[in-house]
Amino acid sequence: MTTDPMAEIRASFFIECEELLEALQDGLQMMDEGEDDPETINIVFRAVHSIKGGAGAFGLEALVRFAHRYETVLDEVRAGRLLVDPDALKVFFQAADHLSDLVRISRDEAPLPEEETVHLLEALDAFLGDTPSEEEAAEEDIDFQPMGLALDLDLNGEDVSEDSDAFPSLDDLPPPPDFNTENDGASETYTIVFTPKAELFETGNEPSLLLRNLGDLGEAQVVCDASELPDLADLTPELPHLSWTINLATEADEGEIRSIFEFVEGLCTLEIAAGNGPAHADQNHSDIPHNLPEITPPETLGPPPESRSAPVPAPQSAPASLAGEQQTEETTPAERAPVKDKSAKPAAAPAAKSVVRVDLDRIERLVNLVGELVINQAMLSQSLEQSGISPHSDAMSGLEEFQRLTRDIQDSVMMIRAQPVKSLFQRMSRIVREASAAVGKDVRLQTFGEATEVDKTVIERLADPLTHMIRNAVDHGLESRDDRIAAGKEPQGRVNLTAAHRSGRVVIEIADDGAGINRPKVLQIAIDKGLIAPDANLSDSEIDNLLFLPGFSTASVVSDLSGRGVGMDVVRTAIQALGGRITITSEPEKGTTFSISLPLTLAVLDGMVVEVAGETLVLPLNLVVETLTLENEGVKMLRPGHNVIEVRSGFVPLFDLGHALGYREPVTDFEGSVALLIAQEDESRAALVIDNIQDQRQVVIKGLDDSFHRAPGIAAATILGDGQIALILDPSDIIANAGPMPRTSPAYSSEGLSA
Amino acid sequence: MTLEILAVDDSRTMRDMIKLALLPEGFTVHTADDGVHGIEVLSGIEPDAIITDINMPRMDGFGFIDAVRDQSKHRSTPILVLTTEAAPELKKRAREAGATGWIVKPFDPEKLVKALQMVAG
Repeated sequence: MTTDPMAEIRASFFIECEELLEALQDGLQMMDEGEDDPETINIVFRAVHSIKGGAGAFGLEALVRFAHRYETVLDEVRAGRLLVDPDALKVFFQAADHLSDLVRISRDEAPLPEEETVHLLEALDAFLGDTPSEEEAAEEDIDFQPMGLALDLDLNGEDVSEDSDAFPSLDDLPPPPDFNTENDGASETYTIVFTPKAELFETGNEPSLLLRNLGDLGEAQVVCDASELPDLADLTPELPHLSWTINLATEADEGEIRSIFEFVEGLCTLEIAAGNGPAHADQNHSDIPHNLPEITPPETLGPPPESRSAPVPAPQSAPASLAGEQQTEETTPAERAPVKDKSAKPAAAPAAKSVVRVDLDRIERLVNLVGELVINQAMLSQSLEQSGISPHSDAMSGLEEFQRLTRDIQDSVMMIRAQPVKSLFQRMSRIVREASAAVGKDVRLQTFGEATEVDKTVIERLADPLTHMIRNAVDHGLESRDDRIAAGKEPQGRVNLTAAHRSGRVVIEIADDGAGINRPKVLQIAIDKGLIAPDANLSDSEIDNLLFLPGFSTASVVSDLSGRGVGMDVVRTAIQALGGRITITSEPEKGTTFSISLPLTLAVLDGMVVEVAGETLVLPLNLVVETLTLENEGVKMLRPGHNVIEVRSGFVPLFDLGHALGYREPVTDFEGSVALLIAQEDESRAALVIDNIQDQRQVVIKGLDDSFHRAPGIAAATILGDGQIALILDPSDIIANAGPMPRTSPAYSSEGLSA
Repeated sequence: MTLEILAVDDSRTMRDMIKLALLPEGFTVHTADDGVHGIEVLSGIEPDAIITDINMPRMDGFGFIDAVRDQSKHRSTPILVLTTEAAPELKKRAREAGATGWIVKPFDPEKLVKALQMVAG
């Protein structure tokens, strides 16, 4: 791989962001449902936190800035200082949406939505109340550059507060600036006295490494003071007994020297003094501190003598007591215990599954290859059959095995592309939030079957149609709050989004509990627009289906939200392009349900190859319940052209496939004809008259591109084993189009053919 | 000088960044996704130093450091804490938990290497 590793990590960061945003949504959703255990809040916090962390690494400042403020508020929640009420959750959801926008914008390097950011930040800040100092501190934090180990950031402050009695205050120590400039570039000598405390070892720090690092700065003379070392019998290995005095000649300034000791600050007593050390290097170190005041003043500066004299005895005379003091200040067992408690608590989150991320193109290629394999295998088996080889020969049984393997490979490949619809549903919950806010309705979205897996391509292409339908449901489907109360309903409207696998297809339903379709109004609009004849006599479901006519819009006032020129006809076209169907059911005062039925995959189909009027056609096998041989007395005519047959205990409508497709005149003599009993998603059944069944086999779906006129009932095409092209049928579509509905409206029926 | 490092962070991006910073320097880098995973990985290796994040699922950084320090062979293994906060109290907490030092995220690769060499030799 020759690609820039940073660019790769950046790309993977944005993928990770998607996952984190999903976790964020999930967490907020759980909080919305009343779940308030600490781990949920932690998940939400961590998601925002991780996005911020990664964004910082790539210098995505806007993202860092927003995530930081969001995180600050969430931290308040986590700490129990902020109570989450529905209003707060609303802001959190909006902030999550905005965060997701910012992630996308940062990825695409698009212009930032400053105004919205400011607006949301204000909303977030409102939760923090009057804490200007914290705000400022936060501000500073955000401004840090994407660099920096912050080695010397807070030393001064900490020193003064924690160790003022142990150490000389830093303010007194550094040489004044003019002194520095005088000696610019010249080597300066420092005397450093370093005495570790017990905690230094507890934190895994190592004095010898510190001394070595010090040596890297310049020329160091190190003297070890072993005077405190007890006899071996009394020695406790965990406790430090040594002290070091280092005379360091270096060009580095005191800050750099201190930075070496940053990690052990407070875990040792440390004195750094600028001065002509070397003369004293071989002097008894125990005297050095006492001598320091005398040595340093002339070379260095005014203030040190007094300030330095005070702490001098400390490292020598009172190491034990000091260490004790420090311990109570910094590392009491009592303080450690809660930390342990918190961490020891088993978290409920399951271990992340191990995953490999693969370029979608590679999978596409694999899917295509497997498709070719299926065709190839079919051709092979056909030519073997034609060669007159015995069905019990090794070649034929080997071929069977081959067939089974092909099928397994195919299933596995399809599973790679399948994804839960969850991400899609999460996007829809955002649409509901935005849409309901735009029209001022209180709406709750409930999702079911989020884990239902659908081909990734299908999921992507469903987003637009679903968005439109959800907006419709909120805008047109649900009544206003007042109307709902007047109708005796809950003021809060409901939209349910459901996904499920049903008879080998995926069914997605969008249901609202609104007023249902206003049929007289729909009919009137259709008549006004000349879409149907004024005297048309339509059934309820036919009226509902008028919504799908091109250019139909029911909203008497075109609102901001829907009515953007995209009608349900566009939705239906999009669904049909996926090999799917969309149906409406509506009940006055109860609500409207749109049901989308989609094939599981866009690539392969278990098909039944049949012959009708000399044409070879393929029907999806999963829809065929059984095959029937007809007898004339079993077929009952309702009226000319409309027949039913008796199957078991009921009657089902009988259609002549050849006639429905326009291949021939209706069959009148059914004696000995073959019919297929078809089950539809709505569990209704129908029988299709065909001439002959040829085979059952897997076929690779080859989509019919736009240059073909979309014919009702035709889903796609395929190449059969002998190289012949056959059309793949959508029986439900055929049945719907040839349905028992009285075709009183010429306009309407012609629509069926031209849509 | 080559060091063996265990990096524990729940963010894949961070783990990648750490690897990107350390691998070219000749470090051997093991990674783990959270504290629990970190302990598992640790059982099979003897790293010269450990880098850990604080906010992680299942077991956070503090818990992880505690658990590492509870193992006698890791009582003095250097542990650096990765934190986005430069806040003194966070450093203090990290130290109380037994961390050797800390690195502020986002980190400068050079300084990460330097800090590791500083604590692990």
